[in-house]
Amino acid sequence: MSGYADAAPVTSRGQAGRRGATWWERLVLTPVRGWALIGISVWNALVWSLVVTAGSASGGGFGLLLLPSSLALLRVTANQARRRSLAWGGVEIEEPYRPLPEELVDAPGFAARMNRLWHQVSDPQTWRDFAWAILDSIVGATIAAFAAALFLYGVYGFVIGIFWNPLTHAGMNDWYGFVHVSKSGVLTNLRWATFPLGAGFLVAGYYAGPALITLHSRWTALLLGPTPNAREAALAHRVARLTETRADAVDTQAAELRRIERDLHDGAQARLVAMGMNLGAAEALLDEHPEAAKALLAEARAASAKALTELRELVRGIHPPVLADRGLGDAVRALALDSPLQVDVTADLPGRLEPAVESAAYFAVSELLTNVAKHAHAQTVRIDLWHRAGTLRVTCTDDGHGGAVVGAADAVPGHGAGGVGSGGSGGVGSGGGSGLTGIERRIGTFDGVMAVRSPVGGPTVITLEIPCASSSAKTSTS
Amino acid sequence: MRVVLGEDLYLLREGLARLLTAHGCEVVAAVGDGPTLLDAMITHRPDIAVVDVRMPPTFTDEGLKAALAAREKVPGLPVLVLSQYVEQLYARELLADGAGGVGYLLKDRVFEATQFVDAVRRVAAGGTAMDPEVIAKLLVHGKSREPVGKLTPREFEVLGLMAEGRSNAAIAAKLVVTERAVAKHTSNIFAKLDLPPSDDDNRRVLAVLAYLNR
Repeated sequence: MSGYADAAPVTSRGQAGRRGATWWERLVLTPVRGWALIGISVWNALVWSLVVTAGSASGGGFGLLLLPSSLALLRVTANQARRRSLAWGGVEIEEPYRPLPEELVDAPGFAARMNRLWHQVSDPQTWRDFAWAILDSIVGATIAAFAAALFLYGVYGFVIGIFWNPLTHAGMNDWYGFVHVSKSGVLTNLRWATFPLGAGFLVAGYYAGPALITLHSRWTALLLGPTPNAREAALAHRVARLTETRADAVDTQAAELRRIERDLHDGAQARLVAMGMNLGAAEALLDEHPEAAKALLAEARAASAKALTELRELVRGIHPPVLADRGLGDAVRALALDSPLQVDVTADLPGRLEPAVESAAYFAVSELLTNVAKHAHAQTVRIDLWHRAGTLRVTCTDDGHGGAVVGAADAVPGHGAGGVGSGGSGGVGSGGGSGLTGIERRIGTFDGVMAVRSPVGGPTVITLEIPCASSSAKTSTS
Repeated sequence: MRVVLGEDLYLLREGLARLLTAHGCEVVAAVGDGPTLLDAMITHRPDIAVVDVRMPPTFTDEGLKAALAAREKVPGLPVLVLSQYVEQLYARELLADGAGGVGYLLKDRVFEATQFVDAVRRVAAGGTAMDPEVIAKLLVHGKSREPVGKLTPREFEVLGLMAEGRSNAAIAAKLVVTERAVAKHTSNIFAKLDLPPSDDDNRRVLAVLAYLNR
């Protein structure tokens, strides 16, 4: 899964925006966050200088050793800033890094390490992170300073207005803004002005504080979010992916239709023909050989029962009845009951999902369960379904021996091994390819993604994410 | 025996009505959608309601929902659910109240008229009639559990027939053995599964189903 491919524009959720903030957030959290952001900007500058040191020393071997870890620290720091922007300022920032090629992910050896380093150094976002780290100690810290100080300075206006005498004697600054609070001076008779001025700062802090934090988050997004170019590239990537998966979907659908046609032709249709012939023969024999006619009638009845059974299996493979009746949650529960494994299902779904997504998710779960039963040697399986923020998430956790791999898994003993899916009994949808690859392709049509975590020795956790809307309206079929 | 019939397809509704009338039942109402069916079940209080799962207006599990709602209002109201397909999930929901007087059969079973009418009578008398397909799936699950695995093949067979809701006499006829032999098998099964023995056929079946549904 790459966050890059699905990069969405920076959005403001406004959870700490001007309107939604509580007084607690405005008066207490905002100054605290302001101070924290000032401190963090110092840390960012430190990280920056660490990278500079490592970089300039990398002519020698020592720097080369230090550079990967300092760049890793820079990335962690930037990612934390991204998360903070969402949590504090309500500004969502995607991680715009280029995804690491599969073969480099956990590859051992010096060459692979150098390749990973080069991959990181050549990513333009790394350089943007680098620029951000040093600029944040100027721009970010300035914005944060206002958020931190406005309210507190307002309070101080009242304190100095009342206690100006002891305070100035104790050596404190005798200016508050433009007001001079000392005993002797030109503007002494204006001492009362600290009250309205302080009140002004208080009001400004109250109203502008959260907005300043949001401004800080927007500043962070400026350098840490995707550039227009990167966003364009991400969109292009997405279009390419959708084109590919759409072609897959069309192929799959054509294959599926062919299978249905063949099943009907060889199954129910043939049996109906046989039934008709038997009934005709029985009719002819009825008067002269009633016993033979009876036998033919029994045969015709048996053929009709057989045809019904076949049609039932076929319908299950096209669109399972429970899915049509009850939706995804109960349909997966029904799957769990039919599985030979101990399967626990939790579902947190509002109303019904889009029918096409429901169906794709159902067959994906069905295939996951078949996979687990076939390859994982698992005792128990957990399926969790939930729908949040326009995305359906499905996780399948099993306590098997792990080692599942997506793709060309035929050589791997894990449960990504191919061959699952086609024409399985009990209605596993077919034609969608094999195993995990088939599932990935099936949900890819809906812009869905799959993540597999399956260390050797288990447990295996497979997560599917499919963007989709939900509605409480029921679909009607007849 | 007074019957309420819920089935939206005209041909099937008429066919069922004719079949039941021919076997001495009185069809007091034959309706074609969920809400009307629920009304009919509550106003007529029939000896049994024979109900299709999928019906208008939503064409989902309207019939099953009506049956469950009616049993909530009239506890123990005998209901025989017919469907083009059987689901363990729905079987569980029907059996959940533990009151008996439920049946869940594939529509194909109507072909065997005498067996079907037999099932109708059994459910009307407070017994159960579960489709062999449901029971087969239940047994697949049960087999992995320790005590069920200890049953002999013959006892396993008897367990399946018992779970379908058949009496000792019916099981004996089906397996071509004496009723006494069946009684011996059933008491063995109850001992092995650690279930309280009972002479009442219906209660015995419910105990077995509850055990398998665990």
